[in-house]
Amino acid sequence: MSTDPVQVDKVSGQTTTGHEWDGIRELNTPLPRWWLWIFYASIAFAFGYWIFYPSWPLASNFVPGVLGHTNRAAVLADVAFSNQVRKEMTADLQKATLQQIADSPKMLELALAQGKAAFGDNCSPCHGSGGQGQKGYPNLTAGRWLWGGTLDQIQTTITHGIRAPNDVDTRSSMMPAFGKDGILTAAQIQQVANYVRALDGLEPEQGVDLAAGKQIFADNCAACHGDDGKGNIDMGSANLTTKVWLYGNDINDLITTITYARNSTMPAWGQRLDPETIKSLAVYVHSLGGGK
Amino acid sequence: MSSSSQTQHGGGFFAKHHILEKNPILLVLGILIMVAIGGLVEIVPLFYLKSTIETVQGMRPYTPLELAGRNIYLREGCYLCHSQMIRSLRDEVERYGHFSLAAESMYDHPFQWGSKRNGPDIARVGGKYTDSWHVAHLMNPRSVVPQSIMPSYRFLFDTPLDTREIAANVTTNREVGVPYTDEQVANIMADLKAQVNPDSPEAAALLKRYPKAVVRKFYPGSPEITEGDALIAYLQMLGTLVDFSQFDDKANLR
Repeated sequence: MSTDPVQVDKVSGQTTTGHEWDGIRELNTPLPRWWLWIFYASIAFAFGYWIFYPSWPLASNFVPGVLGHTNRAAVLADVAFSNQVRKEMTADLQKATLQQIADSPKMLELALAQGKAAFGDNCSPCHGSGGQGQKGYPNLTAGRWLWGGTLDQIQTTITHGIRAPNDVDTRSSMMPAFGKDGILTAAQIQQVANYVRALDGLEPEQGVDLAAGKQIFADNCAACHGDDGKGNIDMGSANLTTKVWLYGNDINDLITTITYARNSTMPAWGQRLDPETIKSLAVYVHSLGGGK
Repeated sequence: MSSSSQTQHGGGFFAKHHILEKNPILLVLGILIMVAIGGLVEIVPLFYLKSTIETVQGMRPYTPLELAGRNIYLREGCYLCHSQMIRSLRDEVERYGHFSLAAESMYDHPFQWGSKRNGPDIARVGGKYTDSWHVAHLMNPRSVVPQSIMPSYRFLFDTPLDTREIAANVTTNREVGVPYTDEQVANIMADLKAQVNPDSPEAAALLKRYPKAVVRKFYPGSPEITEGDALIAYLQMLGTLVDFSQFDDKANLR
């Protein structure tokens, strides 16, 4: 590159930079003014930012900025503010009993709205978006409740969960794994499974001794499920005569249930949600169609 | 450019840019120095400023089974759709729980913060769902979340966990700074098996070595330890180690 006087290029009408390589001259095409000014403005902005917001690191701390802004303080304030707003809105819910909430149209509307939102985030992954449940996860709309369907019973279940390992007050009962633990033989399980199906009005398999199944039921199952198989809400034993089957009423489903036992779990939401939200959830779940 | 008066760029120091422009090695050196200054100013303070290296109670190295599950998480690319980073924004804190702390990924090599959220953040998914939910969800996500676009990972439950490299993996982590104790290293295989045998005497020892470990047979459908067991062990631990009732949010505002 050699130097060469600045001149005007004949073809484009632009000036040259004065740089020249083997007879080729470089046109002077400066950055557009608008670009340059935005560039200068952003440099000026940086100086303002340094003054107002946390910026330069020092030996033991950083320059905090005159506004004293911190992300953590900001989010804590945000959450505290919305909690405050919510507390004011739900002040009635905190004081009222579940029955009072259900009886007051104003409180009910609020509780259902809050309950619906909390249900969508926390409950619907298992119980379905409409509380319709699925295999292994109870239908909350059917009016068949393992642990009771009154407002208070639902609240207790949500708060403490079912067989939740991290809550001492959790609802717990353990059906024995009759096959796995060697209490009943495979043949006995088949007999009692057929008897249980018959209790619910389902056709038993051909050639199965139902009388033997009845005896096995009386000896092993009736203590929890009752002589007539109607279950017991106090111990969460299922009513076997309702046509509602949490794990299916196919003979193989029943054999699996009796052989291995299901004893599924539900988390204790009292450790994740505040009491007002759980109240709202109880009212919402109760309203889904199955509440007692 | 012998005389600066012939250019439009003024004189003095700035007129000498052609020295760099004509010498690639000098130019590369110049770029390196500029980038290094930026890096030093932004990165080095994070290693010595007290407020950025806060320690929290409760963090412990991963159990062998959790570590194996974490490797499956990496292998399957879960991080491509799930982040493990709850930002300090109200909507995130309300949905996912307490914002993530840097210390919560202190034993991650590499960390799994992620930057894509096709699925939800799972930094605190531990304990939110039951094991059977995770099994159903990993086997067929649509069975529990109808609108999910997550692929099925059914094969994890048919594949026995390859345990051959777990011991080496633990010692490698120790090598790069994860404080596994000699006792933990001596019991890697025992701890791996104990975590799916809650009734075994080794389970109590495991819990002593790794407080808050979730000890269960996560997938009862297989007598063996499957890859699914390892992954669920990892998921059920995520975000549960720090006890936030003991954590003072206001102690370190930044």
